[in-house]
Amino acid sequence: MVRYFLKRLAGAVPTLFIIITIAFFLIRAAPGGPFDQEQALPPEILANLESAYGLDQPVWVQYGRYLRGLAHGDFGPSFKYKDFSVTELIGQGFPVTLQLGVMALSLALAIGIPLGTLAALRHNSAADYATMSLAVIGIAIPPFVVLPFLGLFFGVYLGWLPVAGWEPGSIRHLVLPVIALCLPPLAYIARLTRGSMLEILRSQFIRTAFAKGLPLHVVILRHAMRPVLLPVASYLAPAVASIMTGSLVVESIAGLPGIGRYLVQGALNRDYTLVMGMVIIYSALLIAMGLLVDLLYAWLDPRIGFDA
Amino acid sequence: MTPTLAIDALRVGFDSDGGTIAAVREVSLNVEPAECVGLVGESGSGKTQLCMAAMGLLPRGAQVSGSVRFEGREILAASPRDLNRIRGSKLTMIFQDPMTSLTPHLKIGVQLAEVLVIHAQMSWRDAERAALEALERVRVPEPARRLRQYPHELSGGMRQRVMIGMSLLCDPALLIADEPTTALDVTVQAQIIDVLRTMRAESRMAIVLVSHDLGVVAGLADRILVMYAGRVVESASAALLLRHAEHPYTAALLKCVPSLLGPRLERMASIPGSPPAAAGIEVGCAFAPRCPRAQPRCQTERPLLRKASGPPHQVACHYPLSA
Amino acid sequence: MSGAVRRWRANPAAVAALAVIAALIGLALVGPLFNPNDIRALDWANVATSPSSTGAHWFGTDRLGRDLFARTLEGTRVSLTVGLVASLISLTIGISYGAVAGYLGGRADQLMMRFIEVLSGLPLVFFVIFLTVLFGRSPYFLFLAIGAVGWLTMARIVRGQTLSIRRREFIEAAVASGAGPVRIVVKHIVPNLLGPVIVYATLTVPQIILFESFLSFLGLGIQEPHASLGTLIAEGAGEVEAAPWILWVPGTLLALLLLCLNLVGDGLRDALDVKER
Repeated sequence: MVRYFLKRLAGAVPTLFIIITIAFFLIRAAPGGPFDQEQALPPEILANLESAYGLDQPVWVQYGRYLRGLAHGDFGPSFKYKDFSVTELIGQGFPVTLQLGVMALSLALAIGIPLGTLAALRHNSAADYATMSLAVIGIAIPPFVVLPFLGLFFGVYLGWLPVAGWEPGSIRHLVLPVIALCLPPLAYIARLTRGSMLEILRSQFIRTAFAKGLPLHVVILRHAMRPVLLPVASYLAPAVASIMTGSLVVESIAGLPGIGRYLVQGALNRDYTLVMGMVIIYSALLIAMGLLVDLLYAWLDPRIGFDA
Repeated sequence: MTPTLAIDALRVGFDSDGGTIAAVREVSLNVEPAECVGLVGESGSGKTQLCMAAMGLLPRGAQVSGSVRFEGREILAASPRDLNRIRGSKLTMIFQDPMTSLTPHLKIGVQLAEVLVIHAQMSWRDAERAALEALERVRVPEPARRLRQYPHELSGGMRQRVMIGMSLLCDPALLIADEPTTALDVTVQAQIIDVLRTMRAESRMAIVLVSHDLGVVAGLADRILVMYAGRVVESASAALLLRHAEHPYTAALLKCVPSLLGPRLERMASIPGSPPAAAGIEVGCAFAPRCPRAQPRCQTERPLLRKASGPPHQVACHYPLSA
Repeated sequence: MSGAVRRWRANPAAVAALAVIAALIGLALVGPLFNPNDIRALDWANVATSPSSTGAHWFGTDRLGRDLFARTLEGTRVSLTVGLVASLISLTIGISYGAVAGYLGGRADQLMMRFIEVLSGLPLVFFVIFLTVLFGRSPYFLFLAIGAVGWLTMARIVRGQTLSIRRREFIEAAVASGAGPVRIVVKHIVPNLLGPVIVYATLTVPQIILFESFLSFLGLGIQEPHASLGTLIAEGAGEVEAAPWILWVPGTLLALLLLCLNLVGDGLRDALDVKER
């Protein structure tokens, strides 16, 4: 079991490394430098700037410096936010984004799984069709369309919740963004759970469980749930990716000071180190998520990871 | 005395794209307390659906008519709550493939103990102790270690012993065993039948033993019923049936059982042809197309189950072997 | 084939969705004939007016007085165009990659699939954003970048199908009869691929349109003065309290378009009975 996990870990580290390397060299390959603006800078100032940021060194030296910096958690300076380093910006924004993402994922799972289970239990009933129709809508319509509508409806017309803005520790400001973010994964998870449950309920071991006179909730929760959740577990990493992508727009629309908004600003301002730092963070998060999912698999199905 | 299981004119059918499929066309049978009844038939004869009906495990879309009474109480229309009280405790079933019949992600101990926790309201600790005893009863080696293992860590024979042990936990009145040996090696088959025999001797439990293999049934049953195409075609005490079978199908089945004592055969006997599709309509005797004794009457008139030579012996055939 | 048509017709949602898509496309193409407003024309007299069926501006105007009807139609046209072009790129890459992997089999196939596995584990969207930051925002680059995101699923599907087809007997027969690899591919493999390819192509298009709208929404995609549904929604989101129609006209349209495309894709999948193998 431990060997299985270590093997996975060993595969993940090179991937991250490759991402960092590719990102780094891509930047160097791009046309124009970070200091290109509408008005061209006088050459001496440009040279000074480049020297200050270490850009006049040979590429390999820069690469080495960057890696060493990363090892210490230093992502380099932001080229546009002159007073901040990328690390500081990440430090400021990450908790907000994390809060947003965790809440959205939790909601997606907490509602999606029961919804899918109920739909499977009431297979071919009106409730089943209704749920699945809603699921199609949820999957198809993206957060950046949903959130403004939610804001319009709950914020402007009903006035219940704030449309945008943020205060530290405030939940009200997170409600609409979290809802908009969690809808596509929620719908997908509901659909997956329903399909998986329908299939598992046809299994022999479920028939045995019923033959033992076990009540329905015991059969579903103790006997069916873990195999049913295997496809959902497979979906977790894409779900996190979807939430991460969604958080970019959601933070921008709702004015939440998370790293998503920094990424967007950085992209618009062509702030290379900032964007690169963000990309690395997001990639690392996703890879970590993949590892967690692998662990989860082993728990859901004891046959996996067994040195067979 | 009330029969433990009383099935009366049971019909089971399913809707499908091609029309209604009749799995059980009409079956009546009784199982007395402490009796072992063998149910023999090919796949498609309806024997499994019969067992499902007896357990109240038929799927939602099934069309059922007739009556199934367990210790006098009607099963077919019973509420899930009532059914759950008897299922797993007084009325138990074991299935063909123990690998797929046990929940793969739960430890053996949990799967055994939960029966007692639910039905006998025991604590988990007491239930686990009782589970250990059950494993010892069915002679599973190293029972304490097995309790902590998962199904895939046990061999096929051990798993089936576990299933048997699981079904005996609450001292059932009836155990339905649906092809318990089919998925196992031949040597293990004999062991499992042995376990069933021992368990039966130790309690007053009735058994319904279902198999396509007459040899398996012959080792344990008091009475044997032969099913074909959803109906019972012959019913007699085991001794009588094995020696004086009346129905041509039964006779053919007996010939198919290879015997160590009989003459060496050039080829294994088999019954030519195949059973009728369950979706078709019955015209005459269902076995007629494959029957060596078939006459024109057999094609048009369906034979009814009638007394044969002696009272406990019934057969549904226009031209039984003794005639 | 008739089974497929029957199953399609038995799916009212998909049939209706297809009709809606056709209507939208028709509207996008034909609409300007009924509404001569230029998308760039600034009507200072009518800034931010709400929709009215009388008067010059059916869907109202935006902050700069531009006619929303014309802009929305333009946005639909742009979104559909980018969607289709990028989808074609995506499909071409995906199908070729998958077919090659499936055809070669063995080590090469394993390697190619490993590559896809690694790629799917990454947040490609972020990489594309990264690339747009580096390489500017020309529309051609946009098509390429967007297309580069959506090809993974198609590659997987095509590879799976190719593998299973390759093993079937009639291929061996064709090879034995001396047919060259090109002929085999064209005459035997392609017709069997058609079903899954159509289904997943139809499901890829909304993904791509979504991604383009996403980028445009953030300001990284289509630039002024052109509009795509994404940029329009972005404008609308900013004006939601004062002039909500600027949001809900393009928003509803995009939602409708994506929903219908997904329904059609799902419907096709059920009708052609395609499984993800």
